[in-house]
Amino acid sequence: MLCGNYEKGLMEKILVLNPDWCKGCGICAAFCPKDALEMIQGKVSLKENNQCILCGLCEQRCPDYAIFVSDSGK
Amino acid sequence: MIKTSDLVFRTMRIDHLPHIWCPGCGNGILMRDVAAAIDNLKLRQEKVVIVSGIGCSSRAAGYLDFNTIHTTHGRAIPFATGIKLASPELEVIVITGDGDCTAIGGNHLIHAARRNIEITVIVFNNNIYGMTGGQYSPTTPAGEWGTTAPYGNIDRQFDIPQLAADAGASYTARGTAYHTQQTIKAIQDGIAHPGFSLIDCYSPCPTYYGRKNKKGSAVDMMKYQRDHGVPAEQYAKLSDEEKTDKFIVGKLSQNEYPGYTQLYQQLIERSQERSQKKVYL
Ligand code: SF4
Ligand code: SF4
Repeated sequence: MLCGNYEKGLMEKILVLNPDWCKGCGICAAFCPKDALEMIQGKVSLKENNQCILCGLCEQRCPDYAIFVSDSGK
Repeated sequence: MIKTSDLVFRTMRIDHLPHIWCPGCGNGILMRDVAAAIDNLKLRQEKVVIVSGIGCSSRAAGYLDFNTIHTTHGRAIPFATGIKLASPELEVIVITGDGDCTAIGGNHLIHAARRNIEITVIVFNNNIYGMTGGQYSPTTPAGEWGTTAPYGNIDRQFDIPQLAADAGASYTARGTAYHTQQTIKAIQDGIAHPGFSLIDCYSPCPTYYGRKNKKGSAVDMMKYQRDHGVPAEQYAKLSDEEKTDKFIVGKLSQNEYPGYTQLYQQLIERSQERSQKKVYL
């Protein structure tokens, strides 16, 4: 599915969480520069007031590839 | 559909994921760094060979989607040497651990470094034997604990890049699980370097090394790396006292000594010339 921004050539990025692969280590939440993440019942979750700036640092440090910044429409 | 990043999709066997490493283990982060370095260099999949030995680190050969070979304990470097000599056009990358590389395979390490063969060795250094239950390794610091050091370890630890450089490695660097950008860069430069490259990467093992030595959680162990790892330029400005609990992250040494396959090719050419001359005489 292509969203509006994608058609205009502006990739819209989104943060994707994959709880199936998350082992709950908490590394992503501990080092997120915006403190945007929290651990709920042993799994990563985005806090309600979405503070994420899509920097991708969590993606780089997640040992299980369970969180990443993606271009939407994929 | 499996939810994962483009990088992981391109470079790993996603049907084998999630991997078996413990929650918070640094090996997963370092394996991604290796994948990112290969991806940044735009190496073709069929040109890359990943060789591993035995240990937690060595599982990486099962997950990375290149030509891969999971060999015997300590012997990753000899297998890699054979592959590189037979097919010098391949990029041969060894993924090994502190025990595999410097205890069981210690002799292979120093001789591959001495020859300066153009392979890249990436050590997932977690200061312990994780897979077999927490025995102390050649990089467990003196005074710390392992299941085989119930009264404390009295052995001094190896400085792996120093060992490799002294044996003849022409590129050495240090990375950590925390410093992803610098580690990717170091691995990238190591692969591109035309000689024996070794990148020693600190990998938190919260399950054995961390628990045995009261280092806290995986997050605490990564905070330690953040607070004690500094770039070389910054390290040079520190006083001797400040240096005691700091270490350099990034390149440690590099020189232009010729690579072994290059010297070997020259040897072949010289001997061919000689035998041709004989025919004409
Ligand atoms: S992308 Fe950056 S800001 Fe967003 S959750 Fe990850 S680390 Fe935090
Ligand atoms: S770093 Fe990865 S595995 Fe650890 S809590 Fe975050 S998403 Fe889960």
